[in-house]
Amino acid sequence: MSNEHIDEVSGISTTGHEWDGIRELNNPLPRWWVITFYVTIAWAAAYTIAYPAWPMLSGATKGVLGYSSRNEVKHELAAAEAAKVKFVTAIQDKTVAEISADDALREFAVAAGAATFKVNCVQCHGSGAQGSKGFPNLNDDDWLWGGKADEIRQTITHGIRFTSDSDTRQSEMPAFADVITPEQIAQVSAYVASLSGKVNDGSLVGPGAKVFADNCAACHGADAKGNREFGAPNLTDAIWLYGPGETAIAEQVRSPKHGVMPAWLGRLGDTKVKELAVYVHSLGGGE
Amino acid sequence: MLDQTQVERLDAEAVNSARTRQPLYAARKKIFPKRASGRFRQFKWLVMAVTLGIYYLTPWLRWNRGPFAPDQAVLLDLANRRFYFFFVEIWPQEFYYVAGLLMMAGIGLFLVTSTVGRAWCGYACPQTVWVDLFLVVERAVEGDRNARIKLEAAPWNARKLVLRISKHAIWLLIAVATGGAWIFYFADAPTLAANVASGTAAPVAYLTILVLTATTYTFGGLMREQVCTYMCPWPRIQAAMLDESSLTVTYNDWRGEPRSRHAKKAVAAGQLAGDCVDCNACVAVCPMGIDIRDGQQLECITCALCIDACDGVMDKLGRERGLIAYATLSDYNANMSLATAGGATPVNPALIRTAEGSFADGLAHFHPRNIFRPRTFIYLGAWSAIGLALLYSLLTRERLELNVLHDRNPQFVTLSDGSIRNGYTVKLLNMIPEPRTIEVSLQGLPGAEMNAVGVDLPPSRSFTTVADPDRLKMLKVFVRQPPGQITGIAQTFKFRIKDQGGVESAEYTATFNAPEIAK
Repeated sequence: MSNEHIDEVSGISTTGHEWDGIRELNNPLPRWWVITFYVTIAWAAAYTIAYPAWPMLSGATKGVLGYSSRNEVKHELAAAEAAKVKFVTAIQDKTVAEISADDALREFAVAAGAATFKVNCVQCHGSGAQGSKGFPNLNDDDWLWGGKADEIRQTITHGIRFTSDSDTRQSEMPAFADVITPEQIAQVSAYVASLSGKVNDGSLVGPGAKVFADNCAACHGADAKGNREFGAPNLTDAIWLYGPGETAIAEQVRSPKHGVMPAWLGRLGDTKVKELAVYVHSLGGGE
Repeated sequence: MLDQTQVERLDAEAVNSARTRQPLYAARKKIFPKRASGRFRQFKWLVMAVTLGIYYLTPWLRWNRGPFAPDQAVLLDLANRRFYFFFVEIWPQEFYYVAGLLMMAGIGLFLVTSTVGRAWCGYACPQTVWVDLFLVVERAVEGDRNARIKLEAAPWNARKLVLRISKHAIWLLIAVATGGAWIFYFADAPTLAANVASGTAAPVAYLTILVLTATTYTFGGLMREQVCTYMCPWPRIQAAMLDESSLTVTYNDWRGEPRSRHAKKAVAAGQLAGDCVDCNACVAVCPMGIDIRDGQQLECITCALCIDACDGVMDKLGRERGLIAYATLSDYNANMSLATAGGATPVNPALIRTAEGSFADGLAHFHPRNIFRPRTFIYLGAWSAIGLALLYSLLTRERLELNVLHDRNPQFVTLSDGSIRNGYTVKLLNMIPEPRTIEVSLQGLPGAEMNAVGVDLPPSRSFTTVADPDRLKMLKVFVRQPPGQITGIAQTFKFRIKDQGGVESAEYTATFNAPEIAK
């Protein structure tokens, strides 16, 4: 084997590798390329020492830098929390009305409240807080238990008819099927419907007013505008939790349905409840 | 006047010449460009001073924009997404101005190249300017061409070490200054300079300096002509930009050939002798390591230093300047045809000269009207059209804008009195660095009133709010319409904003949705 051989055609030396007279020209890679190649190998080796890399029987080598992606996430989350801490402490210290009055705080609380809302509230109230039958629309200006930011906060904190919270909003309309006759139910339904619209049989309205005064005015008020002390809805407006019209009203008079909202304080904590209250208040119907 | 044999013949090899072009894998042969002097060298010094001056000084220019905007004349404020250029302020959505400028730069390059060849490469390209600067340092430290060649060949000793270390140290200083100047375009220069000096600047500032120092040092000091020949795409594109009327640096072999060191002897022996005395001055000064006498070639950046070198020699010999000159291909071909009797003979210098020895009348010379060709008019037209369009758009652009986003969920809300409410996210863009009082009003939608979250006013058809300087103000606006006046499930109306202290206004057409039963 001669490694001194020079190829006659190209004038380039050969490597000494020969196959049936075919020789390999010695055209080495450029030096910078080779150096770069060795540097990458060295880099790879150093990397596996510095960072978690080699699989072992249980887990992998930890790497001398002590890096882990879980730690990185932890740091990033901590940094995010640290960035929020100024607002969060301010929210802890202030009432919801004060938070609503401060532009920067309100913006933060609305954003935070919206996030909390999307996780915890949309299941009943809908993603746009628009509600559905039996679940109140939080965008409108009709509030069973009060629409001031503080009242909303109270509702979120303790819930409605949530028996395991002693401060919960509590009220229950009796089932009037056992108390008044079906005829009276038809009359009172016609009367209530007439307060905010037309009814089919106007002759029922007069007697219905009497039935209402005897049975309903105690909670809903003589003028039927409701009473927030008992969560008694205003029956003269355009908003009907269980649907408008005589049929739906009669149904609710006969055997009322009662929604339950859980108390959220234990699960979310006071700060998040305040943020939620500010958010719900900002939806447009807040008082 | 010198006799041609007295002109020193330089021992210069065109290392990148097409005749001797190296295979790509071969190690680079170093080029030791000799210092040139002459018109073009003077012009290049001037261009270098101007371009380096612009680069280093621009960030330090001040421009008063009032208390609500930075006072740096040219500033790319990436953190706040604003670009300031003297009296112009650009928001990210106005990036088309930058796109337009880039198009103008491209077409301008076409225009310049089609008229005067690769003038960009030869004079203004940062690579050329910085290599020139690095060569100044190299010459100052190590001496001119011959001294540098000698030093390169010399064994390592104390002197060589000192010279090399000084050279590279100065190069590195220039490189650091280059990288350092770059970052000042992105932040307030005096503040950033103090921060960088005290070590309190952002890590990205140091990283940028480091990267640009490395590239400047490598490209300007170590790689030099290789950047142009191997890395830059422009030499490849130029072929399409040049035509037979473009000026390029040309060796006029119609008067130079046959080149001869001993013209008198040759003439006496009955041989032909051209003007080229084969002194290699053009090769020695070439920073690209080529021999221009091989003709136009990819490596030539048309820096015109060979013209200066050759003109100097011609002056000494008492011959006309311009053996190497800016010439167009058509002029060259015409003269070549003259010198070769239409290609019938080899170059015969006698054919282009009168009996008295001056140039024959029929010789083609560059005439400025050559610049005005359909092609250059088209480039100039496109360039000006874009420029004028940008200028017009810049002078008439709105600095108060309005964007409205209708709430989709819920699309509408029924209120207790039966009226319908729609929610909108209204974005007011106050694009000047002064606070403005903006009046927001409803146009159309009879009976409707609105109120905005955070604006503590009773519902009305209009309200005013203060927009912060140079900021977007986002408002949540609720519009409600009483039940009797709703005319359809989707009514269109307009939000209108007006600057109360000025004349600017803007409108946005929005939709008001209502349920069918509320009609």
